[in-house]
Amino acid sequence: MVDITQSGAEHVPPAEVGEVDLYHPHSWWTKYVFSQDAKVIAIQYSGTAIAIGMVALVLSWLMRLQLGFPGTFDFITPEAYYQFITMHGMIMVVYLLTALFLGGFGNYLIPLMVGARDMVFPYVNMLSYWIYLLAVLVLVASFFAPGGPTGAGWTLYPPQAIMTGTPGGQDAGIVLMLVSLALFIIGFTMGGLNYVVTVLQGRTRGMTLMRMPLTVWGIFTATVMALLAFPALFVACIMMLFDRLLGTSFFMPSIVEAGEQLAYGGGSPILFQHLFWFFGHPEVYIVALPAFGIVSDLISTHARKNIFGYRMMVWAIVGIGALSFIVWAHHMYVSGMHPYFGFFFATTTLIIAVPTAIKVYNWVLTLWRGDIHLTIPMLFALAFIVTFVNGGLTGLFLGNVVVDVPLSDTMFVVAHFHMVMGVAPILVIFGAIYHWYPKMTGRLLDETLGRFHFWVTFVGAYLIFFPMHYVGLMGVPRRYSELGDMSLLTDSAHSLNAFISIMAFIVGFAQLVFLFNLIWSIRHGKDAGPNPWRATSLEWQTAETPPTHGNFGKELPVVYRWAYDYSVPGAKEDFIPQNEPGTYPAARGH
Amino acid sequence: MSIVLGFMAVVVGIAAWWLSQQRLMAKPWLETGNVDAYPRTESGSMPPAKIGMGVFLAVVGSLFALFTSAYFMRMGFTDWRSLPVPRILWLNTFILVLSSVALHCAVLAARNRRDDLVRLALVTGGMTAFAFLIGQWLAWRELTASGHFLTANPANSFFYLITGMHGLHILGGLVGLGTVTARAWRGAAADRLRLGVELCAMYWHFLLFVWLFVFVILAGWAEGFIEICRALLT
Repeated sequence: MVDITQSGAEHVPPAEVGEVDLYHPHSWWTKYVFSQDAKVIAIQYSGTAIAIGMVALVLSWLMRLQLGFPGTFDFITPEAYYQFITMHGMIMVVYLLTALFLGGFGNYLIPLMVGARDMVFPYVNMLSYWIYLLAVLVLVASFFAPGGPTGAGWTLYPPQAIMTGTPGGQDAGIVLMLVSLALFIIGFTMGGLNYVVTVLQGRTRGMTLMRMPLTVWGIFTATVMALLAFPALFVACIMMLFDRLLGTSFFMPSIVEAGEQLAYGGGSPILFQHLFWFFGHPEVYIVALPAFGIVSDLISTHARKNIFGYRMMVWAIVGIGALSFIVWAHHMYVSGMHPYFGFFFATTTLIIAVPTAIKVYNWVLTLWRGDIHLTIPMLFALAFIVTFVNGGLTGLFLGNVVVDVPLSDTMFVVAHFHMVMGVAPILVIFGAIYHWYPKMTGRLLDETLGRFHFWVTFVGAYLIFFPMHYVGLMGVPRRYSELGDMSLLTDSAHSLNAFISIMAFIVGFAQLVFLFNLIWSIRHGKDAGPNPWRATSLEWQTAETPPTHGNFGKELPVVYRWAYDYSVPGAKEDFIPQNEPGTYPAARGH
Repeated sequence: MSIVLGFMAVVVGIAAWWLSQQRLMAKPWLETGNVDAYPRTESGSMPPAKIGMGVFLAVVGSLFALFTSAYFMRMGFTDWRSLPVPRILWLNTFILVLSSVALHCAVLAARNRRDDLVRLALVTGGMTAFAFLIGQWLAWRELTASGHFLTANPANSFFYLITGMHGLHILGGLVGLGTVTARAWRGAAADRLRLGVELCAMYWHFLLFVWLFVFVILAGWAEGFIEICRALLT
């Protein structure tokens, strides 16, 4: 036992936790619509994100229809195909994953897990959601604009993004896209300030940083990164808007279009790529770090064992966050950069695998000889580890310049980033929803439907993306709406494409089962009680379930221990909540 | 991208310093019990609004660091023709310094509970900031009058873009300053007023710093320095 009565009395913390000025709703509107309660805002964020995510899911179906059965569907023109690609990518990465992890889980979990009554700036938090909604609406509006949404690819590379040949390039599509992104960033900044400052200043008494659950660490670090990285996208959007609307030449080189010299001249498309990926790479970890944190908590809770190497996990999260700002150019190996630059970025890319691998080892070691309960959240968490390792390993391939250059334009890259950044975080989102839904509603999600949903999603995702690696290695290019008669491709490439498409439909339909489960269980689910998973962290110790306005009833909890006291020898139960005083010194032999 | 990397290094430095105070070497699994034993690990006593402002300024800093990074990268291309610096920018700089000084006086007055002085200083700060905006607009007019239009050259585009962005931030600040001034007039509680004034002053000093940085770069005095950086990188 470490001596905890050290004589460090230079700063005695206040006995009381400062009360946040809560805004008490007076009407139905301020309670459920213009609410300043982080929990309501979280559900608004999640609902909107899932709704727009369903649009992106349908878009992926349309793309798979075209790729699997080319020439069968007349309404999918090459232009339309590009529009589907662009909107699918942009929606999934920014409007679904980022919004759901930070706006959804961040809002719901941060105040509850650190023992705060609410976010520190509830009004700004509310504004954040409404600006996010506005951004989504502007995005949706581009579907109905003349010329349709932009088809520039989700990276929006100039010069093609704003030229006539690209769908939406000279119409409203690209403008609406850029405006929507700028709005999203403004809204996110408002929310992000809340998440960061709540973790810094809103923690309850006894909740030191090193006692926070890893979920909070993940969301906190991801938010800090997002606050610093999103301005890069903002700058890129504003400058591209200038190029498109006012005729400046930030990114636009001298260019001839349909035999006609355009007024642009001298701009640098590479400059855009630098700005875009300065945001784009941290974005990968903005999505991944909350997933890492959540998965750590799911595994620890459902394996009834403390997380292995908590300190190392925290350091790894912070380390990954810092490193992810110096790897961006590995997305630009094919842009013709200086070989030394490529070498530098390949090195940093491989270095970032070290803290990531530490996390994977720690998850596995947490499971080692744990009392593993194969609940649905646990299944999703385990599926995440496998998928993330898979996607991460192909990342090591692509991180090397010489391997990346030939593979860069093939489906291999598509398979890689869908594994690591699509499937893996989505699995965590599902796991987290199954885990925390009982806290949000007081009822459990239906078990049978849940298991069906898990197995179809998990196995199906592998059946979609594993063959895609193979198809990519064979040389099937990405971004092509139709392969045509390519003699280098064998028949198996075509039949695999059709197979992938059919699997995509099956997995997509399984999500409808999940949505049904979400809605049906609100009323008909099994009663969950306050702490169905017998977890230690503070959100499970609230007086009421679902937690009411102000989260913790009359008195805020006081924290006496870290969040991972599972199966402590000598303890009455196999978990000790964070707010339970008392020590069990005899058996603590770490 | 060297500027934004420099900026990130500063942010990482601050974060590392702060984290080093947080007992990251602690072994939480061994440290059960009351937290009184661990000094300085609780939530700080600083008002959340100030921390929030600090974080927000980091975001604004990141934004301008990125704009100037883009400026430097674009500058290396052959079509770049530097812009003459309108002389009125010197006057504007002086006015913005005055504005910052006025807000600093407001903070001092608020600490001494001199409400009349607070109001005077806030109004002075607001008026001078507004004068700065008018000055910037005059600088734009001067440039367009002499044929330096937005699209004529990337140097011009960047000049309008960056000064415009800075102006928008001042404008946003004026909205905040307006509400604090209104609060001062209504006779709000001294603590609340002081916090508001301090937040405004923080924002103002930061924007002054950003302006000086931007001015140095737009006027081209940093070119020698850039050459050195470029030589180091290549």
